[in-house]
Amino acid sequence: MKQKEETLLEIHDLSVSFRMYGQGLEQEELRVISDLHLTVHPGEIVAIAGSSGSGKSLLASAILGILPDNATVRGHLHYKGEELTAERQRQLRGKEIALVPQSVAFLDPLMKVGKQADGHVKPRPVEKRKSLFRRLELPEKTEQFYPFQLSGGMARRVLVSTALLVDAQLVIADEPTPGMSLNQALEALKLFREMADEGRAVILITHDIDLAFAFADRIAVFYAGTTVETAPASDFQKGPDALRHPYSKALWSALPQNGFTPIDGFQPYAGNLPEGCLFAPRCPYKKPECERAVPPVREVRGGEVRCYCSV
Amino acid sequence: MALEAKNIYFRYDKRLPWIFQDFSLSVDKGERLAVFAPSGYGKTTLAMLLAGFLTPRKGEILLNDEPLPRKGICPVQLIFQHPEKAINPRWRLKRVLEESGGLREDLLDAFGIERAWLERFPRELSGGELQRFCLMRALQSGAEYLICDEISTMLDVITQAQIWNVVLAEAAKCHMGIIAVTHNRHLAGRIATRTVDLAEESHKAIPSL
Repeated sequence: MKQKEETLLEIHDLSVSFRMYGQGLEQEELRVISDLHLTVHPGEIVAIAGSSGSGKSLLASAILGILPDNATVRGHLHYKGEELTAERQRQLRGKEIALVPQSVAFLDPLMKVGKQADGHVKPRPVEKRKSLFRRLELPEKTEQFYPFQLSGGMARRVLVSTALLVDAQLVIADEPTPGMSLNQALEALKLFREMADEGRAVILITHDIDLAFAFADRIAVFYAGTTVETAPASDFQKGPDALRHPYSKALWSALPQNGFTPIDGFQPYAGNLPEGCLFAPRCPYKKPECERAVPPVREVRGGEVRCYCSV
Repeated sequence: MALEAKNIYFRYDKRLPWIFQDFSLSVDKGERLAVFAPSGYGKTTLAMLLAGFLTPRKGEILLNDEPLPRKGICPVQLIFQHPEKAINPRWRLKRVLEESGGLREDLLDAFGIERAWLERFPRELSGGELQRFCLMRALQSGAEYLICDEISTMLDVITQAQIWNVVLAEAAKCHMGIIAVTHNRHLAGRIATRTVDLAEESHKAIPSL
């Protein structure tokens, strides 16, 4: 129990599946997250990188308890050492745990963005919001605009400010930076860094992994609904030799500044996952045992990895 | 042989400020231009204007010195940032591709599109997989120019590299022009032969605020 008190959020063996209709009235279970582990400590930015469609956004929804009705969640979620029940999720979300949603469609289309960013906080944090807007390079007049009048990048900056205004202990930022210019993205990440430095925490879901390397403390790499590696962000700056999982190495080499060379193949469809290691079909270091059973999480050089081969 | 915006003026409404005033841009066939600008500057508006989805209030968009054709498949194809919003959700993907003229086997292979995906509906594929269909649909239509509006920002970097490598190869083969809107300078360095920053242009767009 002692250890749990030091972590802000602890996720253990989490799996999420959806009940879907197949042919006619036939129902099938589609498992989209399996055996996922993640811990977040106070004062930390944990970046989640990885494949599109690997369940990153679903994890955010699972933590907040906002998955649709046909989803089933199994496993353990602990927040501040206590189990995160549906009841507790309802109490905490929007107050202690805030979300920066991925889609700009989350803004209320009929409400001016200034009022919307203030939210239900009483008294309205007008001054704080104005200074946040200024830091994010949103012109003063923006607050009088409706969401449809904003560009993609502006709407995203409004979303970032909504989450920062509630003084949450944990912010889950789901792709906060697309559409922002580099300076704006850096400013947004600096705001998150300041938040973490005050002893709060941020989960940063992002494809801009080069920015994540610079601002995050640890990086969790997702593939096909599970974490394949969790490593200090500094390892990603050092390059592929410091990384543990072949998928993390492949991510690194696919960056435009590092070669722009993709590996072949695709992440498997959730309804058609391989028996063993989920990455085995694309892995250049594949061994026979990789196709038989899912590798367990191992500690390697100060990081966690799910791979038989890494040393 | 070029795609040109000639002294265009554009605003969304009479009461709103101009986004483009006397703006000109020309891209030759075979050229690959990366467009930068701060967010809210009118990058997407420019993409829509060049592809004929919007009409300038004044000035013209010319392809090889003629206005864009009003009938048939437009030779300037726009690829959107969100593929899930650009594909009919009730069509199987095979039909989506067939609409733009048959299935080119070599492109299916180059994009790594599995044949089983053709029978699926768009909701059954991820964003990266769908974006391949959007690109393939545009490429096999015989387009002369591709306008790519942040086509890979929502994708992981491996998918980004996969997709761009195919597009660059196909563009080189068919001598296509590409205009790519992006915020990523590293990516632009990989894909573009020329870059333009709207904020630094003298005839610059007026910030909409």
